[in-house]
Amino acid sequence: MLIAILAGILFSILLLFIGKWVKTKLQLLPALLPLGLFIYFAQFFPAIAAGEVIEQHYNWVSSFGVNLSFRLDGLAFLFTLLITGIGFLVFLYTSAYLKNNDYLDRFYGYLSIFMAAMLGLVLSDNIMSLFLFWELTSISSFFLIGFNNKSEASRKSALWALGITGIGGLLLLAGAVILGIVADTYTISEMVNQKALIASSPLYILIAIFIFGAAFTKSAQFPFHFWLPGAMKAPTPVSTYLHSATMVKAGVYLLFRLTPVLGDNTFWNTTLMLFGGITMLYAAIHTIFRKDLKGILAYSTISALGILVFLIGLGTKEALLAAAVFILVHALYKATLFLVTGTIDLSTGTRDVSVLAGLKKIMLPVAIAGFLAALSNAGIPSSIGFIGKDLIYEGTLQLPNNVVLLTSLAVITNIFISYAGYLVGVKPFLGKLPERFEMTKTPEIRLWLPPVILASLGIVFGFVPSLIQDSLIKPILSSVAIDASDIHLKIWHGFTPVLALSVTTIVGGLLLYFLLKPTDKLVSFSNKLEVVSPKSIIEKLISLFETFSGWWTRVFQNGYLRNYVSVIIFVAVILMAYRLLQDTSYVIDYSSFSKLTVYEVVVLVIMVGAIFFTIFAKSRLAAVAASGVIGYAICLLFVFYSAPDLAMTQFAIDTLTVILFVLVLYRLPKYLVLSDYKQRIRDGILACSFGGLISVLALEVLAQPVNEEISKFYAENAYILAHGKNVVNVILVDFRGTDTMVEISVLAIAAIGVFALLKLRLRGHEREQK
Amino acid sequence: MEFLLAIITGLLYAAGLYMMMRRSLVKLILGLIIIGNGANLLIFLLGRITKGSPPIIGEHEKLLSDIYADPVPQALILTAIVISFGLQSFAIILVKRAYKVVKTDDLDKMKATDEEV
Repeated sequence: MLIAILAGILFSILLLFIGKWVKTKLQLLPALLPLGLFIYFAQFFPAIAAGEVIEQHYNWVSSFGVNLSFRLDGLAFLFTLLITGIGFLVFLYTSAYLKNNDYLDRFYGYLSIFMAAMLGLVLSDNIMSLFLFWELTSISSFFLIGFNNKSEASRKSALWALGITGIGGLLLLAGAVILGIVADTYTISEMVNQKALIASSPLYILIAIFIFGAAFTKSAQFPFHFWLPGAMKAPTPVSTYLHSATMVKAGVYLLFRLTPVLGDNTFWNTTLMLFGGITMLYAAIHTIFRKDLKGILAYSTISALGILVFLIGLGTKEALLAAAVFILVHALYKATLFLVTGTIDLSTGTRDVSVLAGLKKIMLPVAIAGFLAALSNAGIPSSIGFIGKDLIYEGTLQLPNNVVLLTSLAVITNIFISYAGYLVGVKPFLGKLPERFEMTKTPEIRLWLPPVILASLGIVFGFVPSLIQDSLIKPILSSVAIDASDIHLKIWHGFTPVLALSVTTIVGGLLLYFLLKPTDKLVSFSNKLEVVSPKSIIEKLISLFETFSGWWTRVFQNGYLRNYVSVIIFVAVILMAYRLLQDTSYVIDYSSFSKLTVYEVVVLVIMVGAIFFTIFAKSRLAAVAASGVIGYAICLLFVFYSAPDLAMTQFAIDTLTVILFVLVLYRLPKYLVLSDYKQRIRDGILACSFGGLISVLALEVLAQPVNEEISKFYAENAYILAHGKNVVNVILVDFRGTDTMVEISVLAIAAIGVFALLKLRLRGHEREQK
Repeated sequence: MEFLLAIITGLLYAAGLYMMMRRSLVKLILGLIIIGNGANLLIFLLGRITKGSPPIIGEHEKLLSDIYADPVPQALILTAIVISFGLQSFAIILVKRAYKVVKTDDLDKMKATDEEV
């Protein structure tokens, strides 16, 4: 199974080498990959139908509980078939759709990576590897949406999609980590056993919120839905594959998968019902304000995703069954409608539904596919859509409360969705062919066969639901721990309330179709409302954030060194003062200190004098000389306190520094007081408080006992191990010899730098200034 | 004595910082030198100071005994002094060089990266 998952990634690497041929002769070669995978996964058909679960396990980062465990159960099986099956048709379609595109190989590469990621996502039993594949789908989606990278709108949409789903990915990671900690396992199938533990944990709400965030962003739920219509900038095969049939269902998949872990909880159910309900209605109504075919489909997809989330929120057996069937139903008809749209777009050059008409004369097979998909979409009997819609109504009708509200919500949504289906699948083909389309050529077979296959499947399953009942649908329910043995998918239920609702939906959709014509007026009406849409609100927030960070940068990263120093020191002072004020004893044990002698006091007085002289000197030479005096005073202190080596080094270095300074001094400008009085006072206070803190700190440390272990080691071993009597020297050249060598290299580099700066020849403009 | 040394270490820090917050490049380097001295003195002081017994093993002995000044801080400071000299010399030459090009040692006038300063 691992090879099957990674095949897409391996293939995309292979494309680097064989890309040129794929663009010319071997256009159909990439389609063999999903076909092969489809056949591979289809082999498991009997096993899954018999209720088996196929598992494979590879250790990966076991110490973190992150492993490559794959689990093929009913739910995963449906998705793998959708991914590879629709994948194959999309690959085939692409070979004609992007026939002369210069980057066809690149496109196939992204598409293959996406397919691999999506397969990994649905097969992962480890929530960490699920996260990994989840992110990979977002990234490949980014490249696919932005495939037409010369268009700014495309790039922007790609960034939006990546941003929104990327945030979702982070939420998923957070949720997964907490879930893993609470359940003490990262394996989803083991979490199911910990359901009670997780539900009683105080972190449950947090986990649920993170998982919701991930699922809602990925599956385009309100208010994160707007990236999906934007993603329609991608070439149509991408919209078909990623943004209707598979990737956007990943959020739904996650919710479905975690239902046995987190479900059956008021918070879980109400939140999902609320968000799903709002999304399905909001997006369904939006479809009447669009006249771009893909725009209409985008909103009807969002609405369908809303229905799925809503059904998972209902959480009853009937609702989950409805969701399981609807995933398949939606994938079949929506992918068809997208492919139909793509073919229309490619042939006529427009997707404006208000001008398209009469195309059945030119592209009869496409028209048939469109009709069949519209049938399934509207839930007309004999299509699988009818079964799906029936199940949705059964799900809402059997609820303990709010039956009327929720059912009417579902009916209204479905009316709009079926309207959208008629608009895309029927309207472009009926009526009189406008003159401008008369010269349109009939599309080639690869552009109409895939939608026809998908649409026919919808009808075949509709007539013979037993085909999918045991093999696909029942195992899905078993995989979320529901007994599915008494389920029967039926075409005819008899005269029940459900049938009445179905009829209402169909009639309502038809009425809307005949009464409402998509016009520019409706489009511009909805554009006016854009101001308050979630997208504009988030855009405003982003621009506010940009303003804020601009201000923040200007204030703190202002390019003045002294401001950086002040800020750092200020913060350090506050932090240190806070700590020191809390537990400082302020008891100074003078008895432990050595006694004062006259010459020490004299040295200190000289030093203090030199310090003040350095600060306030009016001439640069005087300041440099005074700083030299400070150095010599310290040198004397080293002499007093048993550090002859230090004294010698300090003396030599100090002398050299002063000489160097004096040598370059005469070249420099006048020594001026550049800052004003206030500024100097402020800096003075800051510097003094920091200095004061250092003094207090030093005294505090002096009050603590000293640890002499290291010194003792050197004192005892300097002669015995290293045969040197000056312990400081032995430490430097023997025990820490490597350090010293590196230090010497630093000096050598500095020397080279100095030499280079001195010898550097001025170039053109510099010489002129000279 | 330790008390006075602690005070003077603080004073060195304060003076160094004050100089670093000035606008002149030369003052900045002086500030760096002073604060470096302060840091050396702080390390020295915190390693405890001992009078008249340098960490040198006597003529006929094999190890340090009795009271001796801690050799570890001394080794650290020695390194620090030498390294800071590398930094200072480079900085001083850099100032000279920078002045040649931009004709100022005012840090505020060196902010722009363009050639017209």
